[in-house]
Amino acid sequence: MAVQITREEAVKKIRNKSSVMIGGFLGAAVPLKMIDAIATARIKDLTVISIGAGYRGGGVDIGKLVLNKQIIKYVTSHVGTDPNLIKQIVNEEVQLELSPMGTFVERIRAGGAGLGAVVTPVGMGTEVEDMAEKIIVDGKPYLLFKPIRADVAVIKAHRCDPLGNLQYKGMSNTSPVMATAADIVIVEVDEMVDVGEIACENIGTPGIFVDYIVKGHSYEERRTIYEELWIATNKL
Amino acid sequence: MSRDYIAKRIAKEFKNGMYVNLGIGIPTESANYIPEGTQVFLQTENGGLMFGPKPKRGESNPDIANAGAEPITMLPGGAVFDVATSFAMIRGGHIDMTVVGALEVDELGSIASWKIPGKLLTGMGGAMDLLYGCKRVVVAMMHTDKHGNSKIRKKCTLPLTAAGVVDMIITDKAVFRVAEEGLYLEELAPGVTASEVEQLTEATILNIMQWEHVLIT
Repeated sequence: MAVQITREEAVKKIRNKSSVMIGGFLGAAVPLKMIDAIATARIKDLTVISIGAGYRGGGVDIGKLVLNKQIIKYVTSHVGTDPNLIKQIVNEEVQLELSPMGTFVERIRAGGAGLGAVVTPVGMGTEVEDMAEKIIVDGKPYLLFKPIRADVAVIKAHRCDPLGNLQYKGMSNTSPVMATAADIVIVEVDEMVDVGEIACENIGTPGIFVDYIVKGHSYEERRTIYEELWIATNKL
Repeated sequence: MSRDYIAKRIAKEFKNGMYVNLGIGIPTESANYIPEGTQVFLQTENGGLMFGPKPKRGESNPDIANAGAEPITMLPGGAVFDVATSFAMIRGGHIDMTVVGALEVDELGSIASWKIPGKLLTGMGGAMDLLYGCKRVVVAMMHTDKHGNSKIRKKCTLPLTAAGVVDMIITDKAVFRVAEEGLYLEELAPGVTASEVEQLTEATILNIMQWEHVLIT
């Protein structure tokens, strides 16, 4: 059953050398306060599993962990938004494990759903063939990828009740799939509500997947943070 | 100017009721030219269908963004979902058309767009899934690179994003159809001659003879 804890307590669940999934998408809908807490705690030698790097230009959200050199391996589909991360990969300070985006997500889904592999045609005829095992199903060639799991998943949702039921406000991105695929799942939320306040059909991630709840910025605070970022980068 | 021409030409490919995923850059700009009376459902791979323009300041939702993490709005009837659902749409063949940029395309319909060994290291993102899964693949790009070299090759020299998937190429000079047997010139951009296109294209244009007497429009 889910338990509400402080950020300081939550960050202790992540240790040096932990593998950590981080929800969101290239900086959007990421757990901002938990990422800050990981940066402040200087936990090191992390394997970060995230669909992409942080917000464009680097140094923001996950980019803070890059600047602090807390990451030794990055499992992802895209790093193009963070020049600092690219530099660390080129200098071999960070090991890069790539898969095509859809494959990346399915590997996590497989990891969380008890499946043995992902079998996909995407990447055939490209150098992705070298990243996987080739198999034939009904006469057609496919690439077989192993599932991905993590020690800890840090995800983001809008609202949460004391049972850990989560409601998303916009795009839920990678958070729902990551919620299934880690030994410990920490969710950062905009607000806490009572049991029953999120109608059952509006629960995006059922509480069974959630271990720890951390209060993040309010929705309005987050909007201000993102609007400032978007205005500063000429996107709004 | 050339960008605008390409974006407007892409927009002619939009047909009523199509589900479309647009790549960043010129393809995204083509959404500004969707013909009146044509309804196109735009999909974004981070998890949105039927999105609209940028919000006004103070009205954004921090969790509604495009695949470049830029703020967007959802239109009435639009839907948001997680990335696994999004890629079920993409890989599962539910998207009618994708329009993407490229570093190189070749006469076999192969495309290179994600990596330049020793120079460009970004990762493939969702490009490979989109190119494999979308029913129709349109490449939109400048005809030549900044050194004037043809980006339409006999065979791509850079690492492929996908092999044999491209259906159409739209450049600032011309429009090509990519068939199983090779490349056909379909249209010339205003003021461009067939011999100019032939000269700027490394790939073999199978029907170039038919264009020799066409006058400049």
